[in-house]
Amino acid sequence: MANDGEGTYYVPAQSKWPIVAAIGLFLTVTGMGMMMNSMTAGEDDPTGHYVLFAGGLMMAWMLFGWFGNVIEESRKGLYSDQMDRSFRWGMGWFIFSEVMFFSAFFGALFFVRYFGVPWLGGEGEKAATGMLWPGFTAEWPLMKNPDPESFKGPTGTIDPWTLPFINTLLLVTSSITCTKSHHALRDNNRDSSRNWLFVTLLLGFVFLGVQGYEYYHAYHELGLTLASGIYGSTFFMLTGFHGAHVTLGAIMLTVMFIRIIKGHFTPTNHFGFEAACWYWHFVDVVWIGLFLFVYIL
Amino acid sequence: MSEHHHGPAKGLMRWVLTTNHKDIGSLYLWFSFAMFLLGGAMAMVIRAELFQPGLQIVQPEFFNQMTTMHGLIMVFGAVMPAFVGLANWMIPMMIGAPDMALPRMNNWSFWILPFAFALLVSTLFMEGGGPNFGWTFYAPLSTDYGPPSTTFFIFAVHMMGISSIMGAINVIATILNLRAPGMTLMKMPLFVWTWLVTAYLLIAVMPVLAGAVTMMLMDIHFGTSFFNAGGGGDPVLFQHVFWFFGHPEVYIMILPAFGIVSAIIPAFARKPLFGYTSMVYAVASIAFLSFIVWAHHMFTVGIPLVGEVFFMYATMLIAVPTGVKVFNWVATMFKGSLTFETPMLFAVAFVVLFTIGGFSGLMLSIAPADFQYHDTYFVVAHFHYVLVPGAIFAIFAGVYYWLPKWTGHMYDTALSKVHFWMSFIGMNLTFFPMHFVGLAGMPRRIPDYNMQFADFNMISSVGGFMFGVTQLLFLFIVIKCVRTGDKAEAKPWEGAHGLEWMVPSPAPYHTFSTPPEVK
Repeated sequence: MANDGEGTYYVPAQSKWPIVAAIGLFLTVTGMGMMMNSMTAGEDDPTGHYVLFAGGLMMAWMLFGWFGNVIEESRKGLYSDQMDRSFRWGMGWFIFSEVMFFSAFFGALFFVRYFGVPWLGGEGEKAATGMLWPGFTAEWPLMKNPDPESFKGPTGTIDPWTLPFINTLLLVTSSITCTKSHHALRDNNRDSSRNWLFVTLLLGFVFLGVQGYEYYHAYHELGLTLASGIYGSTFFMLTGFHGAHVTLGAIMLTVMFIRIIKGHFTPTNHFGFEAACWYWHFVDVVWIGLFLFVYIL
Repeated sequence: MSEHHHGPAKGLMRWVLTTNHKDIGSLYLWFSFAMFLLGGAMAMVIRAELFQPGLQIVQPEFFNQMTTMHGLIMVFGAVMPAFVGLANWMIPMMIGAPDMALPRMNNWSFWILPFAFALLVSTLFMEGGGPNFGWTFYAPLSTDYGPPSTTFFIFAVHMMGISSIMGAINVIATILNLRAPGMTLMKMPLFVWTWLVTAYLLIAVMPVLAGAVTMMLMDIHFGTSFFNAGGGGDPVLFQHVFWFFGHPEVYIMILPAFGIVSAIIPAFARKPLFGYTSMVYAVASIAFLSFIVWAHHMFTVGIPLVGEVFFMYATMLIAVPTGVKVFNWVATMFKGSLTFETPMLFAVAFVVLFTIGGFSGLMLSIAPADFQYHDTYFVVAHFHYVLVPGAIFAIFAGVYYWLPKWTGHMYDTALSKVHFWMSFIGMNLTFFPMHFVGLAGMPRRIPDYNMQFADFNMISSVGGFMFGVTQLLFLFIVIKCVRTGDKAEAKPWEGAHGLEWMVPSPAPYHTFSTPPEVK
């Protein structure tokens, strides 16, 4: 029973999806690990690919099955308002955990910029660090690494006011269209909601395309790579993880797009859609941080 | 709805497919105990090698793998899952909820763990051996010089992190959303409060650990230079990211223990907790401080003077809320009608011995003194005093306190007291002499040592074996209690308070289908 007599508390019966998910996750990461190890060892062992593929299939099966169950239960009206609040808390704290994941990489960026690289250049109280590479000059973006033999620096960096600026506009606009879609859904205007969500998705995919083009440009014309020293490391890990999250958000929104067409949502009951919107706003906010701290400053 | 009210399913699949908080709690607890024995077996290897100076039993390479795996398994496999198991069992019962908020995700959180640890332990059998760089896996030991199995270690950590984060989200959603009517936040039992704060810490720092191991993975396989100064990175960066996770992590392993002890001491002192509100604020303060003290693990690595001073004073500040807690427990016992049943024995030992660990922590917080203690057995003594008679004694106390509720039987009182005294003596014999060898300069994580440390090390080893063997007795006591024993009443402890004692023992499979009214 729910809190203030607002209905029945739904305790799901046994489910096979969690164990499928556990095995799927295990196979996925094991396969990835095997692939990486054989790549670094210079071997050509395809086993890892198969393991990863099996894991990926299981995860996909699980996602369809598990979310399918939840959608079905929700549409049957088994969930009370209390259950809805549990989902909201769950999604909110999940996004907070994602914020902290990005914080680790932002923290790494700030550390190398304001401590690590200047110390290597002989600044501050830790001048001994500066004796490691006497000819090294600290600068940011770091174009010439302390050990240029092992880490060849980039010849250039991305100008924030070209593609990244366009991407900023795309993503901010997509956040607005996403909210438009949400409002339309709340006003019971399904067609309008669907159309605004379509625009959102379009903007998201164009963003990813632009990002892909930018990476191509960085790798092939600027020598800016993951291996081009700490500038490339922080640049690609931050923007790359952001891109991965945009992809995930776009997949969520695509599912929601299909669910709008199928008429799954009502003006009052559409938390699945709302959760995907929250996530989309979150990746937008992370991008603002990236644009500011990775590209401009 | 009726289909959800029948009892547990039969057979193995009950445990694999379950969405019941009690089943999942039991799974966590049994898994944790299995890991406790495995990590303990590794500790026995370490103590056997250190029984005498010189190299007798294992190669230094294997010794390194043992110290590393012992730490990882005990932290992530034994202590954390044990607390999650207790949370699963007790939080819904304590707040009058029917189950955890997200029961299927609860099952996933658990079942990730056996796979994660299978992956982690399998590294021991891989070419080049398992992780050998200490449980803190500092770069570049773990990146440039780590064995190839490091990759799988990294993914195992990722899996543990996913499990912890989902478990924590579940705990928070349960506490914030599923409390019975009238159960306001400031009426919640302290175990629930401490878990609410712990869950927050978990969600805040496990992703940072994921970030740290991801940077390692990229450095190892994809040529990034996060922790390589040649590319402009910095190995010290690793330590910052790691300890930003690592320090809150130590509170993750002690705050639920505070909650357990805060339930047990009032029950056996037959007095309400001396200051409930101050305990809640102390827990919150400790959690806040845990985020701004991480560099006290790095005093000797070379951080700017202002950093040394800031982190030194911030660390000392932790003594204030911790003092509030210790004085609260002592004041609760003061002039109480004390009896010393086994849960109380463990709880009182907790207060005394955890305080010893706290004081050695205070010594370590003094930066100039830490230069001397750093990486010696003094540090080993310190953190084992807060983890063994801290976290683990509190888990034992909690298990004995709630076993009658779980099984419907009383445990074997006499044997449980043997378990307590053997553990108490064994653990003090093991870890107390480590203070002395540490202050005299014996470095940690080395399989051999100078002759002058021989006597104390032999005592430590004898104590270690004693403590280790004693835990098999604990296993026996628990199994015996599950199968047989005197029938336990709904409230077997006269002075106990809380909703969990209002339901029969053993607690029904689904506890509260209608929420109890809390006055």
